[in-house]
Amino acid sequence: MRRGYFGSFGGMFVPELLVPPLTELEEAVVRIVPDKKFEQDMDRICREFVGRPTPVYHCRNLSRELGFELFLKREDLAHTGAHKINNTVGQALLARHMGKTCLLAETGAGQHGVATATAAAMLGMDCIVFMGALDVERQSINVHRMELMGARVEPVQSGTRTLKDAINAALRHWIAHQQDTHYCLGSAVGPHPFPLLVRRLQSVIGRESRDQMLELSGSLPDMVVACVGGGSNAIGIFHPFVQDRQVQLVGVEAGGSGNPGDYHSATLSMGSPGVLHGTHTFLLQTAEGQIMPSHSVAPGLDYPGVGPEHSFLKDSGRARYAVVHDHEALQAFRLLSRKEGIIPALESAHALAWATSGKERIKPGSRVLINLSGRGDKDLDIVRGQMSHVGDGVSDV
Amino acid sequence: MHHDNILTSKIQGAVSSGRKALIPFVTAGFPSREAFWDVILELDGEGADIIEIGVPFSDPVADGPVVENASIRSLEQGINLDWILEGLSEHRRSLQAGIVLMGYFNPFLQYGMQRLARHGKETGVNGLIIPDLILEEAQPYLELLQEHGPAYIPLVGLNTAAERLQDYARLHPPFVYLVSVMGITGTRAGGDQVLRDKLAQVQETFDCPVALGFGLSSRDQLEHIIDLVDAVVVGSALLTHLDEGKSPGQFMRSWLV
Repeated sequence: MRRGYFGSFGGMFVPELLVPPLTELEEAVVRIVPDKKFEQDMDRICREFVGRPTPVYHCRNLSRELGFELFLKREDLAHTGAHKINNTVGQALLARHMGKTCLLAETGAGQHGVATATAAAMLGMDCIVFMGALDVERQSINVHRMELMGARVEPVQSGTRTLKDAINAALRHWIAHQQDTHYCLGSAVGPHPFPLLVRRLQSVIGRESRDQMLELSGSLPDMVVACVGGGSNAIGIFHPFVQDRQVQLVGVEAGGSGNPGDYHSATLSMGSPGVLHGTHTFLLQTAEGQIMPSHSVAPGLDYPGVGPEHSFLKDSGRARYAVVHDHEALQAFRLLSRKEGIIPALESAHALAWATSGKERIKPGSRVLINLSGRGDKDLDIVRGQMSHVGDGVSDV
Repeated sequence: MHHDNILTSKIQGAVSSGRKALIPFVTAGFPSREAFWDVILELDGEGADIIEIGVPFSDPVADGPVVENASIRSLEQGINLDWILEGLSEHRRSLQAGIVLMGYFNPFLQYGMQRLARHGKETGVNGLIIPDLILEEAQPYLELLQEHGPAYIPLVGLNTAAERLQDYARLHPPFVYLVSVMGITGTRAGGDQVLRDKLAQVQETFDCPVALGFGLSSRDQLEHIIDLVDAVVVGSALLTHLDEGKSPGQFMRSWLV
């Protein structure tokens, strides 16, 4: 009866007009994804196009300084520079098997839009990306990248003109164009079956990591840490470890500036359950159920909702969720760049900061696996702007 | 059976007097907080059979720009469910029309469905239209609404399959709302035969009146299907009309022929 639920979270809170395409997608996930042909195509694309498996890297320099063993799952080395591509090539391939000719996507900062445009170009599909008009202005390079790969970028003028409005616009477009269009949702959010589908496609991160950790260190990690906006990179690395009860799972949310009254994106830590974008999950909302604006220095974490499975993992106690503020993420960004020669995405820097900021007492000698979900080249402008606020007197460890 | 519901009898009353029931939709607090209840009273006085009051939401995913902007304006003026229900308890006795609240699920959920059922009934709300609360997700609340509160009114579309129509029909709603377009409120294009076929199927499946809505901007659009329709919902066109400073009565007269 409770189809598409994780405990009391999830579901399919959509207009009736979206039930047929969601049901069609649900059936396709069951029928096509486990099929041998699909699996083979997916393996080949992951290997030859995405660049999988991505390595796990043991950060020797930082481990020495921090007193615990720090490992990074290098999703930043995947094609287009982040884990987003795992989801888009999978959904694009699925859509092709379903006979769809057009991929539809929403995007905030543009990373998922670029990953969708990439998958569409590779598979010869049309691509339309809805992007908040404010984001179009802020992320002109990504708009250009999408257009280079043949996508049509539609600026969204409604609401706060950011990611959540782009999702609204994409859902509306899908209602009118469901015959030939697949909605390639960018995170483990939204109505059933998206949270399950996206988890399935992103779980490759956790499956690889689990094997690689066993091979590298002879045992499972003590902790797996990932940043959580919508939560797709986190659910992707968490899921294959959920049965390993001894492995702690830590999701890190974006606390924004941390100043009282400022907007933030710490949905699980500071929000309450409600319904947005088709799913029952934790939200940033007023007492009257109006959705509040969110904010983070990391554009990919800037979302007032979260994937329903994270709400369930929080509620059930299997995972815990912590908050890292902008300035801590910026410090971790610099730290990893300088000590290990890896420039992390600001999103991933939140996960890193949780472990390296010293706020959290991590037992000496423990093995901490962090999902480095993306590379930071895209964030250099933001970081250059922010560093002047943070100042140079900040110690690195 | 819900057939003793005032919403059913309002529509049947119009039909038996040889016309289509008219259901204007106005977002609460539109065109302004001060003018809203006068608009409702005037619509009622001009013969609205049922009035749909839109409950504003920050993220109205099934609506077009006109309704979305009305929703944003309404929120900016501090309109919420309390304001709407208080206004209803003041004005309900002066209104002849059936009253339906239409809004997205989250504001209702946060208000509390029990509380909504109780206060809705007390203030004379006869029905609820919740576009993002499909049958499966409505299950936990159907009994509550059936026994105590306003009726759950299903929205179905041109792409709703026959079996699903039957599932909704088994709820015996006071009326069913057919969305006439494969898009969003306030836009419409072609496909009259598809619409006609679906209307016929909905009429056959449900034992209640059928209302048609979304994207109706003038009566002329109804020409080829009018025989299959019991009631007509007009929203975006009315909001645009009101926003131009024109009177509700003038709008009603252009539709009530």
